[in-house]
Amino acid sequence: MQNWKKIIKRYRFFGVFLVINLIVLFIYPELGKESFIITAKNLKEMLMVIPPIFVLLGLLDVWVEKETMMKFMGADSGIKGALLAFLLGSAAAGPLYAAFPVAGILLKKGVRLFNVFLFIGAWATTKLPLILFEVSSLGFSYMFLRFICNLIGIVLIAFLLEKATRQEEREKIYEMSQQL
Amino acid sequence: MFTYVLYGTMSVLLIASWSKDKKKTKMALKKAWKSFENILPQLFTVLLIIGMMLSVLDKEMISSLLGSESGVLGMALAAIIGSITLIPGFVAFPLAASLLKAGAGYGQITMFITTLMMVGIVTMPVEIQYFGRSTTIKRNLFAFFYAVVISVLLGGIIYK
Repeated sequence: MQNWKKIIKRYRFFGVFLVINLIVLFIYPELGKESFIITAKNLKEMLMVIPPIFVLLGLLDVWVEKETMMKFMGADSGIKGALLAFLLGSAAAGPLYAAFPVAGILLKKGVRLFNVFLFIGAWATTKLPLILFEVSSLGFSYMFLRFICNLIGIVLIAFLLEKATRQEEREKIYEMSQQL
Repeated sequence: MFTYVLYGTMSVLLIASWSKDKKKTKMALKKAWKSFENILPQLFTVLLIIGMMLSVLDKEMISSLLGSESGVLGMALAAIIGSITLIPGFVAFPLAASLLKAGAGYGQITMFITTLMMVGIVTMPVEIQYFGRSTTIKRNLFAFFYAVVISVLLGGIIYK
């Protein structure tokens, strides 16, 4: 009984939007159908990419010691750690919301906040497959200009974010990651 | 292509892990399931919202709103659409290219692409789970300001 209550509580927003979508389907069949088709397509894509990411994260969590990750990307990892975080984000695929669980594990393993933000920025903007795609649809010079701006932007945002995160907030974030 | 690499890597590592330590591997899989199930409610909700929004805002509609001479208003609109929705890049870039052909400006397009990738209002609940409310809001705000800067730079100065 307790379990069911918990599940209902966790999925309540999903239920609300599902009902809204069903109402739309009832009043505007075309629109409602289109909406469900798009949702199904996105769901399929998500279910393709996300499970292996989580399995890899699980393996990383079990096998890689916190000390190892801290050495590579922790507080004293310097420019090498930043570069590694950036490359890690660029090599990834999937939408930005898939990056957050990965960031959570990085935090759990004691990676420096600045490097985690770099990782998220790189995941969002400088992914390699996307760059190839951008060249083919918008041209090389546009891609190149945007890429250079993005490089500066990502580093700047990560720097400002780390500076803007107060000590107690920082502790809270690392604490939250321990529960993963 | 990337999906194959992902699954390939996963399989190889999983087999290696299994042959070395079965108990640890089981624990890894359990952890994987737990963290996956953890974000499912938010993810389902996000997908439903995106589906509804994209069904209303079709390609023609976006094109007509961000068309030529839409100026600052078009820029603002691009920012709003881009910030709310999250469209994967392989949809966003062709869409951007077709918008450019349809007469949209580089500024509006840059705004659209940048906010699309970096600012996610709909996905905030997922982000908050990992970074807390305050840092999540700050990250999205900074990303938004950056989008404004790069759009003005590319649209107003370089591709004038």
